[in-house]
Amino acid sequence: MNVWKNLFKGIIRENPVLVLLLGTCPTLAVTTSVSNAFGMGLAAMAVLIGSNFAISLLRNVIPDKVRIPCYIVIIAGFVTVVEMIMHAFVPSLYEALGVFLSLIVVNCIILGRAEMYASKNNVFDSVIDAVGMGLGFTLALFCMATIREVFGAGSFMGMEIPFLSDYKVPILQNSPGGFFVFGCLIALVNKLFKREPKKEFSCKGCPSAAFCALKDGAKNGKAENCQNEKKEESEK
Amino acid sequence: MIKGLIYIILTSVLVNNYVLTKFLGICPFLGVSKKVGQAAGMGVAVTFVMILATAVTHPIYYFLLKKFELEYLQTIVFILVIASLVQLVEIILKKYIPSLHKALGIYLPLITTNCAVLGVCANNITDGYNFLEAMASSLGCGLGFLLAMLLFAGVRQKVENANPPKCFRGVPITLVSAAIVALCFNGFAGIVETLFA
Repeated sequence: MNVWKNLFKGIIRENPVLVLLLGTCPTLAVTTSVSNAFGMGLAAMAVLIGSNFAISLLRNVIPDKVRIPCYIVIIAGFVTVVEMIMHAFVPSLYEALGVFLSLIVVNCIILGRAEMYASKNNVFDSVIDAVGMGLGFTLALFCMATIREVFGAGSFMGMEIPFLSDYKVPILQNSPGGFFVFGCLIALVNKLFKREPKKEFSCKGCPSAAFCALKDGAKNGKAENCQNEKKEESEK
Repeated sequence: MIKGLIYIILTSVLVNNYVLTKFLGICPFLGVSKKVGQAAGMGVAVTFVMILATAVTHPIYYFLLKKFELEYLQTIVFILVIASLVQLVEIILKKYIPSLHKALGIYLPLITTNCAVLGVCANNITDGYNFLEAMASSLGCGLGFLLAMLLFAGVRQKVENANPPKCFRGVPITLVSAAIVALCFNGFAGIVETLFA
């Protein structure tokens, strides 16, 4: 695949947060300030590049049946490395991100890319894919954090904005504001790119999809549990 | 003692609700909340796994990792323990309590990579809880998750029938309605302190 196309697909067309709807937890939690969002985006990108690289190298070695645990171990290793580096060099950011730094392990973006891309493609393409996805994630976090910090706290990267700091909307800094801004941002992306709005959270990006019983139920016609999968199939 | 435990449970159910104020476990919250029955199943399964995971990871941290100064391995050890624990529980339930497996089994594998479970285990360590407090906190977090799921499933059934602008259909309107539910939970801020004052 064309390298540039591969790199840029993660930024807009397949943006992990706004289009694929992966990694919602950190997106909502760390976007109260722009610097936190940047830190989180870069940390996730570093882990993503490392894990995609390692998993792509090992893709012919890892047995298919135990691949998810293997991926988790690899990812957890890289997360620990990033955690230790951040603790040593940017302790304030380490404190601010708190538990969400170690929760990168279970971030669907990273496991999802390992499962969907790195396990099927060569090392170079996987790393490019990781860079693109990481940039897309950082960009989405940056957009959301900008809205929430500028209007919610009246500042940008910690610097006060003269007029806005007198008329701030503190609710945007709280949890309801997070959900609200995220919903509006997805709607905006749908509107701008004239995309058919996504009805549901899909199984496509879900790392658990491989062993998800809800999905199997839908396939065997036993239960109508996982409507998502059915809808996706009918869309195709 | 008991007062302290009740305080922890109430705080984690109402004030520090994991889904609505701490943003942990958003994926199942938005993904499996279409029907009240499914939402309840998922909530109970998460509560169950949270309590089990805390019961196992808390001693591991204090008697193994801390003793040998291996705290930096926390993330790797916790995620592996949780993942294998969930598999083990599933196998045991399938063999010995098939009825419970039928009700909860399908949700269990989904919980392995749920950030709420790992989050509870990690938070219990950061907050410096002792074993009983950690158990109370994970019970509270699980119940809080269940409560949020049930409430939101009810809200969502109404939202499904509404007719929002085209670009808002599906996920965006779900998130906006989650914002309103979260706003309601913001009203609980301070209630527990007042109760125990």
